[in-house]
Amino acid sequence: MAGKVIVLTSGKGGVGKTTSAAAIAGGLALRGHRTVVIDFDVGLRNLDLIMGCERRVVFDFINVINGDAKLNQALIKDKRNDNLFIFPTSQTRDKDALKRDGVERVLEELKDSFDYIVCDSPAGIEHGALTAMYFADSAIIVTNPEVSSVRDSDRIIGLLASKSRRAEFNLEPVAVHLLLARYSPERVRKGEMLTVEDVKEILSIPLLGVIPESESVLRASNTGTPIVFDEESPAGRAYHDAVARFLGEQRELRFLQPERRSFFRALFGRA
Amino acid sequence: MAGNLVQGAVFTVMVVRAGMLRDPAFESELAEQIRRSPRFFLNAPVVLDLKDAAEFIHEAEFAEAREVLRRHTLSLIGVQNAAPAQLAAAASAGLASFAPNAPQPNRRPPREATSNAVAMPAAATKTRLVTQPVRSGTQIYARGADLVVTAAVSPGAEIIADGNIHVYGPLRGRALAGAGGDVDARIFCSRLEAELVSIAGRYLVSEQLPPEQQGFPVQIALVDERLTVTRN
Repeated sequence: MAGKVIVLTSGKGGVGKTTSAAAIAGGLALRGHRTVVIDFDVGLRNLDLIMGCERRVVFDFINVINGDAKLNQALIKDKRNDNLFIFPTSQTRDKDALKRDGVERVLEELKDSFDYIVCDSPAGIEHGALTAMYFADSAIIVTNPEVSSVRDSDRIIGLLASKSRRAEFNLEPVAVHLLLARYSPERVRKGEMLTVEDVKEILSIPLLGVIPESESVLRASNTGTPIVFDEESPAGRAYHDAVARFLGEQRELRFLQPERRSFFRALFGRA
Repeated sequence: MAGNLVQGAVFTVMVVRAGMLRDPAFESELAEQIRRSPRFFLNAPVVLDLKDAAEFIHEAEFAEAREVLRRHTLSLIGVQNAAPAQLAAAASAGLASFAPNAPQPNRRPPREATSNAVAMPAAATKTRLVTQPVRSGTQIYARGADLVVTAAVSPGAEIIADGNIHVYGPLRGRALAGAGGDVDARIFCSRLEAELVSIAGRYLVSEQLPPEQQGFPVQIALVDERLTVTRN
């Protein structure tokens, strides 16, 4: 088995990288692919919370990089899906602990037993983010429909084209996809947010999906359940669509129009 | 085989008049110029023009000139318009001799002049072609050449050319044409949304660009020392 390395990155913080990494990894696992999701945000560990496994962390990514623990001691198996594993990071160390040769060794080992290795990048364009993207085969650029997020994404796409291993060794370039998160059709309609077309036009990379802004995402994060396990929520379904497109399926974009509020819902003032 | 040993190429080289070195203000003015665009001047080659500078005849003077320029990251590589005595001194200082600026550079030199030199094919300066989007944070410099971009130039990206700049896509970043001082250079783009445009050091920022031209295909040229934007 030769697993593919996917990095979720954005430049800007707070756009939904970790939520998306958890959702994409969960979505791939639900479709039967053996998937591991790695937290590269050393020192600001969050993925374990989003995945709901924070009380099961013993060893972490940095322990394995340093050879203090074996891979199978650090990998945490998801309770909801047998194909899904979580590889938490250290909360006490900093990004300098991400040594490139150590990361490479761990990724190579993971490639033997997983179909997909999903890397949750830290924000910024410093060592942590550069290390997370360096070994990527594909990248999913998580962007919000606002100008600063789009500009940072543009910068990250430039870095992927120049600073990744594939770029340095003149291999086939990293396949770059756009995931537009926290999209609020209502605010787009009012002209407060960029439209899908605006963002696509500026970044000119293929669109993997549009995730509607939704309270269910916050709820999912706080309960430690990746949003793809919520079959009801539009955001969960939008992530499923994105995973399907990532795997090569054609699917129509959904959730681009403001939700129609029914008379009764409007009456009770709830969406 | 022998013909392949030497290949011709045309370079843009800065020329410094030898007389200017005597000017006490020269170094500070040079430093100021370089401070404005340090990347452009880093290790750039310079030729010393000896026209009206007959006093330069000692090897030590050439070595000193080289030192002065070295202090400002410039690299003195040769002389032009040298008298025979100057030529010898320059040669012993390790400087090459360059032909004076030809009034018509396209005309082939007379046969006698080439008889004892290696015949070099006159290579045209190749236009730099960029086909991928120029992303934020990227800088592209077409040294001594035109630059053609067939994709978008993002906000926060910078494209620079000593010659003309053509962008067949939206120009949203910064574009600096005629960076070496060519006032005839122009900028062409299929959609003007630039943060800054500049020709030979004269510039306009986004706010100063005429709003009625924003989003349209335009060309930008220096007319009477002013940057003018006209619809294509």
